[in-house]
Amino acid sequence: MATPTGPSKIKWHVVVFLAPAVLVYTAVMIYPLFNTLRLSFFDTVDQQRVFVGLENFRTLFGNTIWSDQFWNALGNNFWFFLVHMLVQNPIGVALAALLSSPRLRFAALYRTAIFVPTILSFVIVGFAWKLILSPIWGIAPEMLDAIGLKFLYAPWLGKEEYALTTLALVSVWQFVGIPMMLIYAALLSIPEEILEAGECDGITGMSAFWKIKLPLILPSIGIISILTFVGNFNAFDLIYAAQGALAGPDFSTDILGTFLYRTFFGFQLQLGDPHMGSAIASAMFVIILIGVCLYLFGIQRRLRHYQY
Amino acid sequence: MFKHTATTLLASTVLATGAFAQDAELIIESWRNDDLAIWQDKIIPAFEAEHPGITLKFTPSAPAEYNAVLNSKLDAGSAGDIITCRPFDASLALYDNGHLADLSDLEGMANFSDVAKSGWSTDDGSATYCVPMASVIHGFIYNKEAFEEVGVEVPKTEAEFFAVLDKIKEDGSYIPMAMGTNDQWEAATMGYNNIGPNYWKGEEGRNALIAGEQKLTDEGWVAPFRQLAKWGPYLGDGFEAQTYPDSQNIFTLGRAAIYPAGSWEISGFNTLVDFEMGAFYPPVPNAGDTCYISDHTDIGIGMNAATAHPEAAKAFLNWVASPEFATIFANALPGFFPLSSGAVELEDPLAQEFLSWREECESTIRSTYQILSRGTPNLENDTWNASAAVIKGTETPEDAAKRLQEGLASWYAPQQ
Repeated sequence: MATPTGPSKIKWHVVVFLAPAVLVYTAVMIYPLFNTLRLSFFDTVDQQRVFVGLENFRTLFGNTIWSDQFWNALGNNFWFFLVHMLVQNPIGVALAALLSSPRLRFAALYRTAIFVPTILSFVIVGFAWKLILSPIWGIAPEMLDAIGLKFLYAPWLGKEEYALTTLALVSVWQFVGIPMMLIYAALLSIPEEILEAGECDGITGMSAFWKIKLPLILPSIGIISILTFVGNFNAFDLIYAAQGALAGPDFSTDILGTFLYRTFFGFQLQLGDPHMGSAIASAMFVIILIGVCLYLFGIQRRLRHYQY
Repeated sequence: MFKHTATTLLASTVLATGAFAQDAELIIESWRNDDLAIWQDKIIPAFEAEHPGITLKFTPSAPAEYNAVLNSKLDAGSAGDIITCRPFDASLALYDNGHLADLSDLEGMANFSDVAKSGWSTDDGSATYCVPMASVIHGFIYNKEAFEEVGVEVPKTEAEFFAVLDKIKEDGSYIPMAMGTNDQWEAATMGYNNIGPNYWKGEEGRNALIAGEQKLTDEGWVAPFRQLAKWGPYLGDGFEAQTYPDSQNIFTLGRAAIYPAGSWEISGFNTLVDFEMGAFYPPVPNAGDTCYISDHTDIGIGMNAATAHPEAAKAFLNWVASPEFATIFANALPGFFPLSSGAVELEDPLAQEFLSWREECESTIRSTYQILSRGTPNLENDTWNASAAVIKGTETPEDAAKRLQEGLASWYAPQQ
């Protein structure tokens, strides 16, 4: 009975258990993804959908009206990502290190407080920060005034040079809880014996963090970086909630997500163009794919994993 | 006896079926979420009282999202029976794609002039697909008490306008003008297209631009930018990040003296202000010049070609085209002026003030709406961006005009 009859026997229970996930994922992710890729090779001519090959991509990259917007959005996206990498992730690691310190009191309270914004809706975050920073009703000008720093205040969301950075920092405020939690979990999983062994060799305090803990949590930091990358290049909601689809002032906060939205669905008198929109979506997909591959093959494989 | 009962039963069944066929619920798509109460309290009851068997449901979405939401719903086949129509190309595209039904034969269409229908007709005028519902007029609303306090009079010319602004600024108790550039569209709609018609001579300039006889870099089209460039210092601290609702609140709280407006603000403002409001039309360049106002065809209403209740929908549209609806609508929503040829008396003094300009000035519509925003780059969106940049001083009027002209010429043959 127990002898297998050959490799051709199908393990039906595997199929049954995988089916729900595969079906749902195919219906809501894989099918739309490939349909979008397909759509980017078509265009509407005289109310008819016709195959045009790479024509949409030629327009996107060859026509300055489109390519200027695309490169502007891509550049903004990189800046958005950079701010997250330089501000969100170091702060997340630092907070996790502080939280995992056994001497810290009320750790659970801080952990919850810092994580709460993550579960808020983008619309609420965008609206609340717009009000906080508002030159008319906001508390930001008054708070700066109270400590004598009023001269530092500017209508940040309305100035080309500050708007994107301001929104990136708002996004950092919202999501700093995610790297914090992941790193915190990684730090907790480091066995006490290793740290104690280090102590015997005279490695304590800060140097214990730099020399023992940090190398052990590097894989987690890698995962966080790639999550940040994917999240930032798919970002749309916060910009749309705070600045609208035209991503003002003067497109200084325009990222690929808002550019895609404007093109695909149209805006005010601009009519939606699903084919050019799909071309942009495909370009975004390729960019994210390249980023993830670079990480997987360039970094992830070289990271040393420790077993304990 | 038995037979008789059977006949009665049969008759009542037939009657019931007849009544059932009349029972239609019409869902109305709209971007006017501000008007929800007016539709529910005034317009819908008035219609339903006259047309038993037809019920109406008004389901608005947010103005900025309306076009995108509606297009998706129409493509998916889940849109309502009655579609509120944006003027010009957005609705024309819906008609061309077969989403809006041709209404040229609707009896009520006879109540409208060709100009009123132009916003919702094909380029050759052969088919009209939406019933013109209302237009909005641009101008400036001002705080009468503030004007008295500072001691200024309503300006008639551009020079007087800036003198008034200077005096209010000097006085210091009011922000001279409530407008921000954060949302961009006010700069174009309440700025450029509000004051512009005086410089490009209304329809004359607009038609010449469409025909390719004038360019956006001509003096008539750059001059409004030059005036906008001078607005910045009068707009209050931090106007760069001031949003449209911020501006509305600043004015209705009595903190600002002048509000560059569209007449659609009237009904909202009436319930919020505790001071007396007045209005003046855009000041002319020189004393004695003819004044031009932007009297923009703004709302039409049409029928989803895929509706399950075409007869009920047509009954409703005919009613919308009637003088009865025009009177209810114009008085329920002061600031939206009916386009039907019949005269309508308005009870609201501010709305009546706006409406009276039609006799004094020449009417035109917004320059970017007809035909000129069909291509990429989109002229209307670019005008938002350029107007905001000019007010903020990050772009000169000449550069802005040049950029718009280059964008238009890149796809619009008559301008090449």
